[in-house]
Amino acid sequence: MNFPYSKEVLEHFKNPHNVGKMDDPDGKGLEGSAACGDMVAVYLKVNPETLIIEDISFESYGCASNIATASIITDLAKGKTLDEAKKITWKEAAEALGGLPAVKAHCSVLAVEGLRSAIRDYEEKHGMVVEKETTDEEVVKRRLKHVMNPIKGLDIIRTELVMKITVDEGNVRVVLDLPSHHQFAAAIKEDVIEKLEALWDVESVTVDFIS
Amino acid sequence: MFDKTVYLDNAASTRLDERVLEAMNPYFFDTYAVATSEFGYSMGIDSKEGLERSRKVIASALGADASEVVFTSGSTESSNMAIKGVLSALKGKKDDHLIVSRLEDFDVLNTAKMLEKQGYKVDFISVDSEGILDLEMLKAAITPQTALVSIQHANQEIGTLQDIKSIADICKEKEVLLHTDATHSFTRIPLDVSEIPVDLVTVSAHTIHGPRGVGALYIREGTPINKWMDGGFQESDRRAGIENIPGAVGFAKAVELVTPEETEQLKAMRDRVIERISAEIPSVTLNGSATSRLPQNANMTFHYVEGESITLHLDMMGFAVSTGSACFSRSLEASHVILGIGGDHERAHGSLRFSFGRFNTMEDADSIIDALKEVVVNLRAISPLSADE
Repeated sequence: MNFPYSKEVLEHFKNPHNVGKMDDPDGKGLEGSAACGDMVAVYLKVNPETLIIEDISFESYGCASNIATASIITDLAKGKTLDEAKKITWKEAAEALGGLPAVKAHCSVLAVEGLRSAIRDYEEKHGMVVEKETTDEEVVKRRLKHVMNPIKGLDIIRTELVMKITVDEGNVRVVLDLPSHHQFAAAIKEDVIEKLEALWDVESVTVDFIS
Repeated sequence: MFDKTVYLDNAASTRLDERVLEAMNPYFFDTYAVATSEFGYSMGIDSKEGLERSRKVIASALGADASEVVFTSGSTESSNMAIKGVLSALKGKKDDHLIVSRLEDFDVLNTAKMLEKQGYKVDFISVDSEGILDLEMLKAAITPQTALVSIQHANQEIGTLQDIKSIADICKEKEVLLHTDATHSFTRIPLDVSEIPVDLVTVSAHTIHGPRGVGALYIREGTPINKWMDGGFQESDRRAGIENIPGAVGFAKAVELVTPEETEQLKAMRDRVIERISAEIPSVTLNGSATSRLPQNANMTFHYVEGESITLHLDMMGFAVSTGSACFSRSLEASHVILGIGGDHERAHGSLRFSFGRFNTMEDADSIIDALKEVVVNLRAISPLSADE
């Protein structure tokens, strides 16, 4: 039988590792939304002395790419310190899975986001975040590196889809180099809004298209 | 390898019936002359006879005259020809106004969108939560400037049937031409153009175990329509290009093989799937009308799980079905049909279409339900969404 995925992806999809909701986690992260068709929740148990991730699990509402990436990312993070786990990239996960279809990149990148979000949650709860960063153009750019451009399978910053970013008293405006009727326009817009509206000092997010 | 696949995606395409292939074969190997050679040599006459015999069969299934049927390469070409051909012929005589429903298949929907970009005025009419067109809304949308209305007979995804007789009566009363895409209903749901005043009908062979790449357009005598492809003078100068005679012969054979008993059998499988899934799997929604629907279509949403995950698991277990999830295709857009009937993205992402064909059995219907019960339970167990949230 032919499948659009590598055998590693299929194996993790069929038998995902570290699955399930964790009771009383030390840190948890939820990325994506049902509306976008992909959602990942990541739960952590962390040793407070060593800051090593001793247990990790995930829940997924998503496609095979999403489930398999969440499975591999929890494998990769288990036993690592928070700082080490933060550095796990989507590329690393994709390589460990023997590659992912470019068009599915946005589905799988959520798992990496979920892990980072869970780590951030732990750090905030344990007073490890000293001060909140003010949202500016650079912060927006950094967040948008997690929004995939499915046309090219890379993020919208690296593929130069973002033409302009303005931040004015908590109101963020992003202009995309894409016509509004493009088949991916609505999905990318939703993803951009989702990535930015969660920032603590952001009041509103506007996404505009070139036409 | 495919022997074991239970194929339940017959709305996408069907397995060719061997009897169709047998009927087509002579037109590949014996009578392979083009029909336009009828005045040159006898093989051309035989080819022409095969083509015209087939035309009569398609016309008869529609209650039409053979001269009103043009063979095409399939539904997409038929609908493009109908819409672009009529608008082009009426240019300057009526304003450029086209009305289509929001649920149309891409052959109509994307044609309408392209025409809109070119400056035509297009109204996309809404439907209710079952996918049924609001006739009052249609009446209100038709103006003296309207050149054409194009409303599908049956929906490709949720199987909802439109009341095409009432739609046609409205169009006739308002003196507007009506095209209907009957790709999925042809031969399964009667559409008799001698009784229903529809002007153009799209049909295709690939949904009824005929060959892919052949369809037809019924054009009522006297309908203003231009060629939309330039070339030779085939098909009474209405469709340029060498005729696909084996395809036409296969299409006709496929039409002849459809029986009312078979359609009843499809309906029984459809009902079994809907009834058993509704009873045995919690948190499921039937998409489309429960009563006014294609006999071969069931479309259901399995809440809290994503469609591509279900289809991939089913594929690994030997079942082929389709989903309205965006993840299923290269497009990131969830099914416009589920969204069009008021469903949200989550409902669209978790929808599955079961479409039955001649080679399916009741055992197929039962076995996929058993597989689904296992797959849905497993996927819900790892989903962060759940019924109590």
